[in-house]
Amino acid sequence: MSSTAEGQTLRKTALNAMHRKLGAKMVDFGGWDMPVEYPASGGLVKEHLAVRTGVGMFDVSHMGDILIRGPQALDAVQWISMNDASKLQEGQAHYSALLYPEGTFVDDVIVHKMGPNDYLLVINAGTREKDHSWVRKNVSKFRCHADDVGDYYTQIAIQGPKAEATLQKLTNVDLSQIKNYWFKHGTVCNLPNTLIARTGYTAEDGFEIYVPSDVPTSERVWNEVTEAGKEFGIVPCGLGARNTLRLEGKMALYGHEISDMINVFEAVLDRYCKMEKPDFIGKAALEKVKAAGVKRILVGLEAVDRGIPRDGYKVFDESGVEIGYVTSGSPAPFLKKNIALAYVPPQHSEIGHEVFVEIRGQKVKCKVVPTPFYKRPKKS
Amino acid sequence: MAYPKDYKYTKEHEWIQVKGNSATVGITDHAQESLGDIVFVELPKVGAQVEAGKSFGTVESVKAVSELYAPASGKVVAINESLNQGPEAVNQDAHAAWMIKLELSNPSQADALMSADDYEKYIAEEK
Repeated sequence: MSSTAEGQTLRKTALNAMHRKLGAKMVDFGGWDMPVEYPASGGLVKEHLAVRTGVGMFDVSHMGDILIRGPQALDAVQWISMNDASKLQEGQAHYSALLYPEGTFVDDVIVHKMGPNDYLLVINAGTREKDHSWVRKNVSKFRCHADDVGDYYTQIAIQGPKAEATLQKLTNVDLSQIKNYWFKHGTVCNLPNTLIARTGYTAEDGFEIYVPSDVPTSERVWNEVTEAGKEFGIVPCGLGARNTLRLEGKMALYGHEISDMINVFEAVLDRYCKMEKPDFIGKAALEKVKAAGVKRILVGLEAVDRGIPRDGYKVFDESGVEIGYVTSGSPAPFLKKNIALAYVPPQHSEIGHEVFVEIRGQKVKCKVVPTPFYKRPKKS
Repeated sequence: MAYPKDYKYTKEHEWIQVKGNSATVGITDHAQESLGDIVFVELPKVGAQVEAGKSFGTVESVKAVSELYAPASGKVVAINESLNQGPEAVNQDAHAAWMIKLELSNPSQADALMSADDYEKYIAEEK
């Protein structure tokens, strides 16, 4: 992790000055100058716990947004995205992925149906340009436009059990009526027609709002959210906590659990891949994978012995044979365990099975555990 | 946080307190602040030899692993086992949370290290 003094060659969100004013530790994330944690609010662990027990706020404006619009927008989305967008109602979103013909990942994506001919795809920061080129090329045979609108929006995520109470102060849209993975447009912080989506990447309840990306508006909204969340102990949260939160929830991160070398079945994301829908990019290859079976599969690990399994560490079986590798690994601040996701051959994927992660030359015993590692409590 | 005057300091942010042929080693307040919440400390075994400038263990925050570098050469005669269960002690008081005690092979090695004043200037420049 390299720290940035001024971040001159890196891209910045509209809230960059705000993060620096708050004393955030900044890092280069996919070419963006982003906050990794805010020492003034206690740092990563405090931020993580705030989201699990109260509310936290994130600047996620670095993520990309592609609008696909036109008479054949649905056909275009159905061609490039593995989930079934024809099942979406207006105001509904779902998790999906853009695939290569090999059935491997271009990126994962949240698809929102804005209208009958109007779909919003929210994509990763590090893959914005790649995704946009990919989408434009592959929807060109359909009657639609694909527009990169990422720069128009400051995207703020408000996450945690108190997220609804916090955001409700800033809008007269009845947030209790927005179900999980649905969205509405309404006035937020006096900004009309603002997208309010009940989505997020923390395994908690929460919302993402999309406001105009000029600095004064972005800062005003950030400050109003901060003020609204004060009574619930809201803190700004950086990419460090974002990573530990999504890991506890077993949510994939591009370049780790999913990549252009990993297919949908290996990543255990096939429930978002609707093979029964008409042809889409990657379908033929995935049919072959399904028939042949996978050679490796994503599992959750928990360290049994002392040690923290981390990204890239090798995994061995009990006889010392190398069998796979860790895609993401870290201490889990809420669960208070050391957890990891790893690719191993299917015969090593049974719950309770023991494997060994090599940590600086030492083989540390880990066991396969059910995932997600953390599931938020059901509302009573 | 004041840097103890009777400690010497390395460029890698360890401190060493020398008493005759013995020394105590830890990491500085500046180091613990940069690391954030410390969740894991890995120390050598009692009896191990450490070499000045070489790694003798690691300290881990949630996000990252950092090497610990020996300020001077010697034999490890004691390790602070309480850091296994309570690594946060390093964040709470880095200058009191010692990590290893050494029998020095060459006690004058530490003389070349930075004084408290030099170290404070050093970290001010780093910012």
